[in-house]
Parts: sequence; structure tokens; C-alpha cells
Amino acid sequence: MDLKLEHHTTDGIEVVDVEGEIDVYTAPRLRELLIDLVNGGHYQLVVNMEKVEFLDSTGLGVLVGGLKRVRAHDGSLDLVCTQERILKIFRITGLTKVFGIHDSVDEAIAARKSEK
Amino acid sequence: MATVEMTFTPLPAHVRTARLVATAVARRSGVPEALLDEVRLAVGEACSRAVEVHQEYCPGEPVRVALTGARERFEVVVTNTAVGDDGMAWPPEPATGPDGQDPATLPAQLGLAVIAGLADDVQVSRNGDGLSIRMSWPAGTPPG
Repeated sequence: MDLKLEHHTTDGIEVVDVEGEIDVYTAPRLRELLIDLVNGGHYQLVVNMEKVEFLDSTGLGVLVGGLKRVRAHDGSLDLVCTQERILKIFRITGLTKVFGIHDSVDEAIAARKSEK
Repeated sequence: MATVEMTFTPLPAHVRTARLVATAVARRSGVPEALLDEVRLAVGEACSRAVEVHQEYCPGEPVRVALTGARERFEVVVTNTAVGDDGMAWPPEPATGPDGQDPATLPAQLGLAVIAGLADDVQVSRNGDGLSIRMSWPAGTPPG
């Protein structure tokens, strides 16, 4: 399955819904979207990965790149993911310590709001 | 002789095909269902890396993948022929996160870390002009 990207604003936080496979072929599209959002002034991002079927290191690199960009503006990039096979990749690479990973979009937004 | 051999043009679009074929052959070779995701991801990482170095050094040459199910092991060998591939630090350094990292180099390091973390057994060797990544997993009795 190809990659499907949508985004909307909730409580001042930009939520990116990702569906499908994030790999070396499709990851550039996610990278472009994250860059566009940051360039558009959106520095509080939540990437919802609940419908992601596959994630490889290229996708991880795009997420890390997005995190660096928002942090440059004192922003944040949180993830929503409960799928064990996706979470395993974050654990292997040590990135569970880098990203805030939440069980739902509501939880991610609430956690971000509570830090403000 | 490998159970299945394939070559593909070094384009990112074909990595997904390689993943799907590898997963299908792994299943047919008796690799437990619980390990198929690991096979799929590790093969994808190795093929992505091969595509990357081919595009840089030899875009006209195909990437080679050999899949073999025998002697209760399922083995995958991904071979590139990129003369300029100066090898890799193996085993890879653990990922240290985004601080101080160049985002452009991070995916390659992460890819190696993922392969090391997923494959049951990994060997990296120089093979003629390029490099081979050999990975294997346990395989039981193939389905009827």
C-alpha cells in the first residue's frame, strides 16, 4: 500500500495522520509535508502512526529530521503509536528516548498542553 | 543454489517488491509467522542501503538478492556492486538521537542498527566490487 497523508489542526496543534508504508520510496513525501508545516509556522506537531503498516530507517530519519526542525523553533513533535511491530523499531534504534510516544491523539495533545 | 534469486534496478520503488518477495519466500521456507515482520524489515533495510550506494556509484547496475531456505535456516544475501562503497562500521554504533547528528547521515546509521537488531545472524563481507549483507533466521518445517 502507498502512503496517505492528511493533516488538521486540533487545539492549536497540527496533527498529521499517516496511513500506509513509510519507506525509502514514500518517506520523501512525509519529509516534504513536515517541512511545509514548519515553514508554515506549525511548530507543535503530532504524527499519528496508528494506520502505518510499515516503517523503516528512512522513515525514522524523516521523523528525526522533523523533530530537529520543530525544536529549532522551540516546538515539539510527538508520535501516536500502539502497534508493537512499529514500536519495536523505535526501541531497537533507541529513539523511544527521543520521541514522546502516546497511545492516542487526544493523549498526545493533552500531554503537550500540560507542559505549556 | 538459492531458492529464489532476483535482481532489480536500483530504484527506491523496487525495494517494496523485494520486501514482499522475501517475506513470501520466508513464509514458504517455514520461518515462523512471528519473525516475518523482522525478515521484511531487515531485507528492506539492506535493499535500501544497496539502492543508495548503487545510485551514487553505479546506477546502471542491478541490486542482487538471493533467498535460500535450507537446513532449517532461511538465509538472505543482498549484494551490491558499488566500487565506491567503502564498507561499513560493523557492528554499527547505537543510535544516539537527533542532537548533534546530521540528519542526512542518520538514516544510514539507523538502517544498520535496525538490521543488527532484527536479524538472527548477520555477516557483512566484501564481495568482488561491492559488499554483501548476509542475514539468516530459523526456519521450521515449510507449510505443505
